[in-house]
Amino acid sequence: MPEPLSSDGAISPAGAGGAMDLAMAEGASLEKAPGGPQGTGPAGRPRSLWSDAWRDLRRNPVFIISGLIIVFLVVISLWPSLIASGDPLQADLDDAQKGSGPGHPFGYDPQGRDVYTRVVHGTRTSVTVGVCATLGVALLGSVLGGLAGFFGGWWDSVLSRITDVFFGIPVVLGGLVFLSVVTSSTVWPVVGFIVLLGWPQIARIARGSVITAKQNDYVQAARALGASNSRMMLRHITPNAVAPVIVVATIALGTYIALEATLSYLGVGLKPPAVSWGIDISDASPYIRNAPHMLLWPAGALAVTVLAFIMLGDAVRDALDPKLR
Amino acid sequence: MLLEVRDLHVEFHTREGVAKAVNGVNYSVAEGETLAVLGESGSGKSVTAQAVMGILDMPPGKISGGEILFKDRDLLKLKPEERRRVRGQEMAMIFQDALSSLNPVMTVGEQLGEMFTVHRGMSRKDARTRSVELMDRVRIPAAKERVGNYPHQFSGGMRQRIMIAMAMALEPSLIIADEPTTALDVTVQAQVMDLLAELQRELNMGLILITHDLGVVADVADKIAVMYAGRIVETSPVHDIYQAPAHPYTKGLLRSIPRLDRKGRELYAIRGLPPNLLHIPPGCAFHPRCPMAQDVCRTDVPPLYRVSDGRRSACHFWKETLDAR
Amino acid sequence: MGRYVIRRLLQMIPVFFGTTLLIFLMVNVMGDPIAGLCGDRRCDPATAAQLRAEFGLDKPVWQQYLTYMGNVFTGDFGTAFNGQKVTELMATAFPITIRLTLIAIVFEIVIGISLGVVTGLRRGRPVDTTVLVLTLVVISVPTFVTGLLLQLVLGVEWGIIKPSVSPQAPVNELLVPGLVLASVSLAYVTRLTRTSIAENARADYVRTATAKGLPRRRVVVRHLLRNSLIPVVTFIGTDVGALMGGAIVTERIFNIHGVGFQLYQGILRQNSQTVVGFVTILVLVFLAANLIVDLLYAVLDPRIRYA
Repeated sequence: MPEPLSSDGAISPAGAGGAMDLAMAEGASLEKAPGGPQGTGPAGRPRSLWSDAWRDLRRNPVFIISGLIIVFLVVISLWPSLIASGDPLQADLDDAQKGSGPGHPFGYDPQGRDVYTRVVHGTRTSVTVGVCATLGVALLGSVLGGLAGFFGGWWDSVLSRITDVFFGIPVVLGGLVFLSVVTSSTVWPVVGFIVLLGWPQIARIARGSVITAKQNDYVQAARALGASNSRMMLRHITPNAVAPVIVVATIALGTYIALEATLSYLGVGLKPPAVSWGIDISDASPYIRNAPHMLLWPAGALAVTVLAFIMLGDAVRDALDPKLR
Repeated sequence: MLLEVRDLHVEFHTREGVAKAVNGVNYSVAEGETLAVLGESGSGKSVTAQAVMGILDMPPGKISGGEILFKDRDLLKLKPEERRRVRGQEMAMIFQDALSSLNPVMTVGEQLGEMFTVHRGMSRKDARTRSVELMDRVRIPAAKERVGNYPHQFSGGMRQRIMIAMAMALEPSLIIADEPTTALDVTVQAQVMDLLAELQRELNMGLILITHDLGVVADVADKIAVMYAGRIVETSPVHDIYQAPAHPYTKGLLRSIPRLDRKGRELYAIRGLPPNLLHIPPGCAFHPRCPMAQDVCRTDVPPLYRVSDGRRSACHFWKETLDAR
Repeated sequence: MGRYVIRRLLQMIPVFFGTTLLIFLMVNVMGDPIAGLCGDRRCDPATAAQLRAEFGLDKPVWQQYLTYMGNVFTGDFGTAFNGQKVTELMATAFPITIRLTLIAIVFEIVIGISLGVVTGLRRGRPVDTTVLVLTLVVISVPTFVTGLLLQLVLGVEWGIIKPSVSPQAPVNELLVPGLVLASVSLAYVTRLTRTSIAENARADYVRTATAKGLPRRRVVVRHLLRNSLIPVVTFIGTDVGALMGGAIVTERIFNIHGVGFQLYQGILRQNSQTVVGFVTILVLVFLAANLIVDLLYAVLDPRIRYA
């Protein structure tokens, strides 16, 4: 039976399902492929997947640009006061909805808070959610999926059914149900929710690539020579299974940031006084006609951030997948 | 002369540089004649054939010089539409791997019938009748019942018969068979080869048989062209070459065939690897692997020396090679 | 084939119960199902206890779930917050969302596949690069931002569309919301088609088709496209379920009274019967879409049909 690519589209496109689709859409199989046409690849020096990929990436403008944007985002999320010294919560209703002025390049929001300061401080929220959720998803997913792929059997079947269950829940809908009762204004409920619904995606990828790696001749040979299970996993299978997980996780990071903003926009993600682009966009949307700047700046920041991570993942995938060269 | 290839040059523009796949090939085929083109993979034998057929991938491929005269017309000067009409009607090609070369989602009847509907404007019904006739002609049992089957439902030998039927459909005057039996079981190889030879005699077609199997050649070919690194290194009527090769490379090829009458002797292997087409060695391209190489071989490209009527050898030391047997 | 369908159906059963149970637990354990029943005030303890007994909420959760599922199978989805039957809500909401989803799917097919074919055949050319960048942008901008922006530009600034869809939600008013709903999937369809076309364009059977002297158009449409679209069709098939579940955001932006709107209301008012009922149906739609896709796969690819 074919592994239906399709069933991965289960989660709403706005959310976590996206990364998988994107990676799958480009054929995330990362097996080493032979070199150029007519087998003319330079003979001699053996090149590893990773060093090859790195050489490619360094020359790829997409990678450089998205990498620089991400470094910048990480820096300002660690030290937002470097470029915005104000207080994102300080409000003066007299300034509400005002356009840009001296010292306030992006103007004011509906409560009279400085949009520039809020956009800068919102970076931290987005990056924290993205990074923490991705780490959680990647760890949980690759361990569960990897074990299922390696050992197979009943655990594999059970895990497959469990992933089916999670894929059956539209992600925004699940977020509404799960998060609507949470009152905490920290990022952790959102992160927890994304990990809860996101891990099956990585689990599938990890499972698939472990199974592929397991069938490689050299792994079979190692098994025949009596290599222990743990040794095989560490030496032979993990290195091969890691690449697809990294690619999907990078793209997923971008979609998780978008998901947090979507949930916050719907009023169930982060709650005020947390500073989040999603909340700001939601607050600004009723005034879209008269004061669009209040919406456009956080929306722009959100789009650039998500785009940077997706482009990075895209570039990494191209570098690791020689098939389409 | 049915087909004359004159001084053909083909190169591939890759990321690593320009790969010179074909470097001045000359050969000719008359009606009813069989030319066997021999060589290792990467020798340019398939690329030459694809250039003749007009199915070279361009880019990355590029025909950088030469003429392909077919029935006194230079195919390289034809408009794409005129060129298309030559394909299938006047010349046809049989590929190595019939399973991947047939469309997996179309029935064999549709694929055979397409020749008649597209080139001859027949109705689907007539085309179907003709398809069954064709399948009968290549001796596929129960053709009438199997015309609606898909390629994967046939055995390897039967699939290759279908490929042959498709090539013969419009009774072209030239057939190019690119390793037609390599992918088949040894027992089936002879049957398919016999069928091909029989149909060729019946229709008085020219046949270019591309192969690296010298055993097949001896039975069916009239003359042989041996290719190495995109050049023809030896041409000869078929019997002479088995008696006394006039090029060290041909000699190496002949000596590396396992033979029953030499049982127990060590099998010969040509030392070294085929050349990298990005960096073809100067002088005679074969010199790094040649047991007879002298200084002149490293500097001077050998011309095709006339050995006897219909025999040419691109070796500075063809006399010595002939004598040294 | 028949056995395959039966096996797939059997596999769906645990998934159906697993998913609905999960949602049931989320709604009933995390939230307070009677919180919304006494209007805006908190229920006083006596009334609360009475209500709990009345709805069977004092029983263990698994028993509540079984009772609920039992009711569902007899067509009783319970009552919504305003006393309306949940089935009545569904009868008005689902047609609207189905219409919206169909419009989105049509956009995916028409725009996504066309762009994918064009770019797949011209890989590396300016058209290809431009479209690729555009798809990345569409994927990166969250749907709710795309929706708000289109509403601002088309609805408010230019006045081409109504910013808010009327309650009957006629097809012409749903075109822009449908495009918004489709946007991200559309970008995926483009990329998927492009990759699939580019991969298959190098396949041996395409070379054979060219060698047969077929016109380029026929090679592309009859040979290349027919093979390349298999993964695309399956993606679009499963997307039906995902789009219906994901319509919440779009419906909220354009004020469309479909499934997403009702669900959102149900969640805000903590009406568990509405939420669980709608989600159950959505899960069924999703599972059915998956099954159809698997069968479609077999129809499109004879290698699977006869395996």
